[in-house]
Amino acid sequence: MTVMKKLSRSEMAQRVADDILEGSYVNLGIGVPTLVANYLGDKEVFLHSENGVLGMGPSPAPGEEDDDLINAGKQHVTLLPGGAYFHHADSFSMMRGGHIDIAVLGAFQVSVNGDLANWHTGAEGSIPAVGGAMDLATGARQVFVMMDHLTKTGESKLVPQCTYPLTGIGCVTRIYTDLAILDVTAQGLKVREIVADISFEDLQALSGVPLIR
Amino acid sequence: MINKTFESVAAALDGIADGSVIMVGGFGTAGMPSQLVDGVIASGARDLTIISNNAGNGEIGLAALLKAGRVAKVICSFPRQSDSYVFDELYLAGKVQLEVVPQGNLAERIRAAGSGIGAFYSPTGYGTLLAEGKETRVIDGRNYVLEMPLHADVALIKAESGDRWGNLTYRKAARNFGPIMAMAAKTTIAQVNRIVELGELDPEHIVTPGIFVQRVVAVPLAPISNANVN
Repeated sequence: MTVMKKLSRSEMAQRVADDILEGSYVNLGIGVPTLVANYLGDKEVFLHSENGVLGMGPSPAPGEEDDDLINAGKQHVTLLPGGAYFHHADSFSMMRGGHIDIAVLGAFQVSVNGDLANWHTGAEGSIPAVGGAMDLATGARQVFVMMDHLTKTGESKLVPQCTYPLTGIGCVTRIYTDLAILDVTAQGLKVREIVADISFEDLQALSGVPLIR
Repeated sequence: MINKTFESVAAALDGIADGSVIMVGGFGTAGMPSQLVDGVIASGARDLTIISNNAGNGEIGLAALLKAGRVAKVICSFPRQSDSYVFDELYLAGKVQLEVVPQGNLAERIRAAGSGIGAFYSPTGYGTLLAEGKETRVIDGRNYVLEMPLHADVALIKAESGDRWGNLTYRKAARNFGPIMAMAAKTTIAQVNRIVELGELDPEHIVTPGIFVQRVVAVPLAPISNANVN
């Protein structure tokens, strides 16, 4: 049996970065989406961090860390020339008010109509923690999801209806997986591009919902 | 002469009653008024409701207050972190109540309280577990959830510089919840890295005007690192 060639996380991040236009105001969610920052090249893209930073720059050099300058994942970051600080209500007005062009978020599941589940497994004994996930999902003009196509046990993360607790309803606009890039449309999930070395039929067989070619 | 500055943390915190609702600024440890929270522990106040973005890191600040058994309820957006084991254990043992609020709704509920807004409709959380039982409304074809303001008896915040009228400036992303919490509490107590003479802060750069601040206490820069915090 041959091993299917699929995109690495870095390659997925590159694909997302390729689709972000210069001048966009972008929020990169905690985890894998933060990798996108490494692939924006020379484009001037304004990175927003929910804790009150716009114009966020790369990680500081060792020894240059400032505990008052962190990102949503509480990692040390820097501020680009022209960057700004602001309080939390303003920061979330930027999301809720539709000023953020693109949020890139991870996901447990995305439904065929763009419902997102990414904050809570609902498992007994798990502690609910939502952070800014719902505000981003609801507020950003476009929500890009970056996730593996399948769970670790091989189930499709594209689902008819989310079984995990929802983050937002009908909010996802595009999905980048290690197998394909899909748009959420009124007719269903439309394949923009297959990024693994598989056929449309193979992709369909691995997906939990009907796909549009 | 008006002088809102206090000589010590203990003096600045005088009068915090059992059962108080206390806002604690900060996002992780950035902007966390750790010395004020330590002062609350020392004051002996208990049965507290804490409104903060997180539920403590390691065993300092808010985590130390939780560990001391003083907190009955936490209202926050993101309690679970890699080093939130103090909260995790108390919550799983049923020893502390938790209200999880989406971070933007948390901020806006605080802002609303400070701004005299009775309640507001937010699109965030509609159709999710966190909106269960809340009034909803369709406005211009979009679904909204009614969110209530969050008031507090006391806000504990951290700022960079303060003067005797209570004017404050902040440092970098440590600003986060400080300005809105200052507006939402009956008594706002700011720990600042330095107290400056009246007039020294550029009025164009004052972020929190003194009307929102009742007490200011200087706490020299403390070496708190949030490296390894997630």
